[in-house]
Amino acid sequence: MDVYDKLTILSDSAKYDVSCSSSGVERGNTPGGTGNTAGCGICHSFTADGRCISLLKVLMSNSCIFDCKYCVNRRSNDTRRAMFTPEELADLTMNFYRRNYIEGLFLSSGIMRNPDYTTEQLIKVLELLRHTHRFNGYIHVKAIPGAAPELISRLGLLADRMSVNIELPTQDSLRLLAPDKSKESILKPMSAIRRGIQENSLDLMKYRHAPRFVPGGQSTQMIVGATPDSDLKIITLTESLYKKFQLKRVYFSAYTPVMEDSLLPALNSKPPLLREHRLYQADWLLRFYGFEAKELLDEGAPNFNPFMDPKCNWAMNHIDQFPVEVNTAPYDKLVRVPGIGIRSAKRIVTARRAGRIDFHGLKKLGVVLKRAQYFITCSGRRLEGLKVNESTILRSLISKREYSMYLPSPQVEQLSLFSDEELAAGAGKEVLLP
Amino acid sequence: MSWTTGVTYIYDGTFDGLLTCVFESYERKEELADISSAEEPQAVLFAPRTVATCQAKAERVYESIARNISPQAQDLIRCGFLTCAPQKELLIYRFLRIGFRVGGQVMQMLTEPSIHQLNKAVRHLKTESHAFMGFVRFSIHDDVLVAVIEPKNQVLPLIAGHFCQRFAGDTFLIYDKNHGEALMYRHDARPEDRLMMLNADEISIPEADEKEEGYRRLWKRFYDTVAIQERINHRARLSHMPKRYWAHLTEMQEE
Repeated sequence: MDVYDKLTILSDSAKYDVSCSSSGVERGNTPGGTGNTAGCGICHSFTADGRCISLLKVLMSNSCIFDCKYCVNRRSNDTRRAMFTPEELADLTMNFYRRNYIEGLFLSSGIMRNPDYTTEQLIKVLELLRHTHRFNGYIHVKAIPGAAPELISRLGLLADRMSVNIELPTQDSLRLLAPDKSKESILKPMSAIRRGIQENSLDLMKYRHAPRFVPGGQSTQMIVGATPDSDLKIITLTESLYKKFQLKRVYFSAYTPVMEDSLLPALNSKPPLLREHRLYQADWLLRFYGFEAKELLDEGAPNFNPFMDPKCNWAMNHIDQFPVEVNTAPYDKLVRVPGIGIRSAKRIVTARRAGRIDFHGLKKLGVVLKRAQYFITCSGRRLEGLKVNESTILRSLISKREYSMYLPSPQVEQLSLFSDEELAAGAGKEVLLP
Repeated sequence: MSWTTGVTYIYDGTFDGLLTCVFESYERKEELADISSAEEPQAVLFAPRTVATCQAKAERVYESIARNISPQAQDLIRCGFLTCAPQKELLIYRFLRIGFRVGGQVMQMLTEPSIHQLNKAVRHLKTESHAFMGFVRFSIHDDVLVAVIEPKNQVLPLIAGHFCQRFAGDTFLIYDKNHGEALMYRHDARPEDRLMMLNADEISIPEADEKEEGYRRLWKRFYDTVAIQERINHRARLSHMPKRYWAHLTEMQEE
């Protein structure tokens, strides 16, 4: 089998791993070396499914001793198996990198023989790249559940980012679908990496040139829609992973049916892309907007509203906290306004030092007035002629089609001289005063 | 003495030339309505004045920007000059007029129309530069890396540092077909000659050899394989990677 066929098989079986970011590490080149890393990460291409390609994402081998039901590479699946040699992988990485196809390597693997052996193979590839080819680009490598801590720390000194996939958010789901994995076998390497990073940061304080351990931090991934776990469960777990394990990223992967099993969604079911999207929106709210999981969802409403993004949904449920005055409100209040994002909030804070901001100015700062107008005042005044009631707000937050699905009320609309927005303004109930 | 308004200057199209225009405008107390590098002037009230570039005057203006406004303002107008904004000269001029009046605070006046437009143009330049750090595709011919790009803004000065560091041990050339400029880096030259900007209306690139073709095929294969069929979303791809980039992307070429 030649490299072309191997690449086909081993990238095909790696594609369900979502993470492809190359961010979090700012490192220069070394004399005689090739490559550097950019803190913000660089996307090199985008696939037909709209996802970014930043790293050469492949498995070292797709043969696996585990039998996880959701996975294409599981032992009992009848599929073509292949394995790269460390030299082939290093050659491919260097040649793609020099042509600026990629930012680095994302290396994962099925479990060959046992977790330790597999980890040793991964170390071989990384050593070849780092030492022989003097490669300074980005490397993301999977920590294999069950591998010895010494091996994981050796791997961590060669990589920029490591990840262990949680895959399923509850122990019950794990027992059901991934009988060879356990909560412990996943959390153990995760805490080993966290410990490594913490110890390393102490070393770096003492010795500036101490070798860096996983400088890009660790990430993980959860499958969405293979089990009946609620969004609340997923997002609460996500939050605690950020807080307790200091993870850099938690990825969500809408389950794509790859095989028939009575425990899994049917083969012809579509991946729950909208749900995945909502989870990512919530993830952003946790990481950048200062929200907490319990603000977004609770036992009463354990899943996200499919028609409205979580931030708008929160704003509609906390309408008493609005409007906010853009000229005086603190930054963390501003970012909670629908239509104001991180960038526009920062620009507002900058621009208001030079003078008062009006509605025209807000538009220039990148605020989406269509949504924001209902939640803000400029110098104590609302936008002129604005009708504020539940119906007008809803129409501005969600699309027309979804609006009709969102409201359970009868959808009879007669031809009229007035637009339906104007009519709605008269019909809806007043909720926002003063 | 009050300022004359509605004056048009013509300059040679260089950054120093533009700064000389700024100098002359203050010297002669003439408020500029247009600055252009075009040969044929538009109909204006006063005959346009052609300004001869003077490095000493340009330097005085440039230094006074750091002193009287801020070093960040220097950065902003340098970037502004590389953008494709239709009236970039006038935007920079107006920014400086306000800047010399109010000082460093001009950097915060984001809602002022001309400053907003200048910032927007610079943002476009920076976004495009960042995109090209990923979208540049090198072909390797006799161990020399060659790439062609067609950016809207002049991105080469902004991406030069990144590629020089990344491929410090290589020799490479990035040709900007739209602006007729090329960035050349030679690892084996003397330090002061390593990086060069050349003007070139055209460059000829040799045919790809077998090895080069091989890696292109592998890359295309990888690109096609990693897309998940159940998730195909052409609109998302177009918004991240618009078609105007495709012409020089290896993975988007038909076999």
